[in-house]
Amino acid sequence: MSAPATAPAPRSPEPTVRRDHASAAWRLRDRIGLGFAWLLGLLFCAITSAIVIYLLVQGIKYVRPELFVTHPAAGFSERETGGFLDPLVGTFLVGLMAMGIALPLGLAIGVWLSEFGRPFPLARMAESTIEMIAGTPSIVLALFGTLIFQSPALGFLSRSVGGLVFGRSFFAAATVLSFVALPLVVASVREGLQAIPGHVREASYAVGKTKATTTRRILLPAARPSVITGALLGFGRVIGDTAIIVILLGATLRFDGVGSTPVLSTLRGTGGTLTTYIFQNAPTGEGNQPAKAYAAAFVLLMLVLVLNVGADVVGRKGKALRWS
Amino acid sequence: MELTPPPVRRLPLDPAPGRGDADGHRPGAPLDGARRRRAPSSGFATDRMQVEDVSIAYGRKLAVDRVSLPIRQGEVLALIGPSGCGKTTLLRSLNRLTELTSTASFKGSITLDGADITRLEPTALRRRVTMVFQQPNPFPMSVFDNIAYVLREQAARRPKRAALNRRVREVLAHAGLLDEVEHDLRHPALRLSGGQQQRLCIARALAADPEVLLLDEPCSALDPQSTQVIEDLIVKLREQVAVVIVTHNLQQAYRIADYVAFMYLGELVEYGSATQVFGAPREQRTREYVSGAFG
Repeated sequence: MSAPATAPAPRSPEPTVRRDHASAAWRLRDRIGLGFAWLLGLLFCAITSAIVIYLLVQGIKYVRPELFVTHPAAGFSERETGGFLDPLVGTFLVGLMAMGIALPLGLAIGVWLSEFGRPFPLARMAESTIEMIAGTPSIVLALFGTLIFQSPALGFLSRSVGGLVFGRSFFAAATVLSFVALPLVVASVREGLQAIPGHVREASYAVGKTKATTTRRILLPAARPSVITGALLGFGRVIGDTAIIVILLGATLRFDGVGSTPVLSTLRGTGGTLTTYIFQNAPTGEGNQPAKAYAAAFVLLMLVLVLNVGADVVGRKGKALRWS
Repeated sequence: MELTPPPVRRLPLDPAPGRGDADGHRPGAPLDGARRRRAPSSGFATDRMQVEDVSIAYGRKLAVDRVSLPIRQGEVLALIGPSGCGKTTLLRSLNRLTELTSTASFKGSITLDGADITRLEPTALRRRVTMVFQQPNPFPMSVFDNIAYVLREQAARRPKRAALNRRVREVLAHAGLLDEVEHDLRHPALRLSGGQQQRLCIARALAADPEVLLLDEPCSALDPQSTQVIEDLIVKLREQVAVVIVTHNLQQAYRIADYVAFMYLGELVEYGSATQVFGAPREQRTREYVSGAFG
C-alpha cells in the first residue's frame, strides 16, 4: 500500500473495529443470556474437574506399584486382599476381544451404510437397529447374552456341568460388549466417510476405478483417523462397562479357567475387570476395601482419559489435511 | 504419452469471418482485452467422439435437450453457457459419470472412435475418457501414489513403486508439474498449492493415457496465475488428446478454445469456431450471452 506523498500520518484516533463481536452493545437480555451460558459452561468444567481431581487425590494416595502385579485375594484387611492384577489384565482382555469383534463388524456396517446403503429398506432397518442398541442399557444386553450363551450349542465357550451351561466367560462377555462399542464404531466410520466430498469419489471413478477399489484404496485410508477414533472411544466404553461383566463374566476376583489349554482356559472361564473390582471393593460392596477401590478407580479413569484424549488427537490430526 | 493417432483427417480450417487482428481478436468484440493464448490450432484434427441427438433428464427435468456435436483431437472444445444450462451434465455423460446419479436418464448416442459408449465397460470407458473436476481433489496420499493408483490395475499393489518410477515422472512432466515436485515425490498431495493440486489432477487424468480429457471448470477455484499455467497446459495437451472444457469464464473460453459450444436451457444454441462464436455469433442468444447480457 502506498500512502500519498505526505509525511506519515499519525495514528488515527478513530476507534478500530472491535474484534470481540462487541457484546457490550447488545441488549441487556442477551447479555444476561450470554453470562448465563458462560456460567453454566464454567460450572460444568468445575464439576468435571472436581471429579477428576478428587479421584486423582484419593487415588494417588492409594496407588502403589505392587497393586499392579499382585493377584487379588479375599480378606478383611488391606494387607490380605492383594492387588488388582487379574482385573487389570481382564480389562484389557475383554476390551481387546470386544474390539476385535466390533471393529471389523462396525467398519463393514459403516461402509455399507455410507457407501452402498442398498437395499434401502434393509439399510434403514440396520440404521435404526444400531441406534436402538446404542440406547439399550447394557444390563439388558447382558440378560440377552445369558440367554444365548447358556444355550447348549454354545456350551464350549464357557463352563458347563452335566449339560448345564453357565454362559459366563470372556467369550460371552466380549461378544456382548462388542455391541456396546458397535454404535460408536459405526458412527465414527460413517462420519469419516461422509466427510469425504463426493467429487473425490468421482475422481476415482473418472479414471476407471470401481466402487470397490475406490472404497478400499481411497475412502478407507482417508477415513482412517475416524476409524481409529471410533475404536478408541469404543474401547473406552467397553472397559467402563460393569453390568455385562457382572452377568456374563462372573465378576470373580481372580481368573477361574476352564480346561487345561493355557490361554483358551482363561477365555472360557470367569474373571473380572477393574469396574467390577471397584464395585466389589466400594464401601457398599461385599469386599469393602475402599482404598483398593480408589486405586483401581484411579487407574481406570486414567485409562479412559488417555483413550479419549488419544481419540481427540487422532481426530484432529485427520482433519488437518482436507480438500478445499 | 505414446498415443498412436488414427489416420488424420484434415479439416477445412475455419475461415474466421470478421477477423480483426492476427490474434483473431476483432476490435469492438465483447472480449476487449482478452487475448488468444496461442496461435490457432495446427488444423490437424481427428474425430474422437460424436455426440448424436443426446438428451439427459434428471427425473422429469430435462437437463440436456437433443444435443449433437463432434469432439476432436487437436482442438480444445469449450462448453459455455449460464449456470444450469446442462453443460456439466453433457460433459459428465461423455464418460458416463451421469449414471452415478440414480435419477438420470439418457437418450441418444455417443460414440468413441466409432464405438457406442454404452456398449463399453464403464471402467474401460473412463480410462479412455478421463475427467478433471472443479475442486482440486487429489487423493489423500503422496504425489507419487496419486499417479501410481491410476497406473495400477484396479486395487492392485503391483507393479511396485520402483517399476513405476519412470512412468510417474513422465506423467508429471507431461502436466508440467515434475520440476516443482521432483525433489520429494512422497510429499502429501494435499499439501501442494491449489494450482499444483489441480495440475496433479490433470496429471492423474493423463496417467490413464486417455483419448479424451474432460475438464469441468478446472480453474474456477484457482488464482489468476495458476489459471494461466493451467490454460497453457491445456492448449499444449490438445495435440495428444481431445480436450473438452466446461467454463463459466468467457475470457477463458476465448483464450484457449478452438471450438465453442454455447448451451442455454439444455439446448445447444450455437456451435462454431471460437473466433466465429465470439466475433460473429449467428444466434441472438449467443450474441447477448457473449456480450454479457445475461448468464
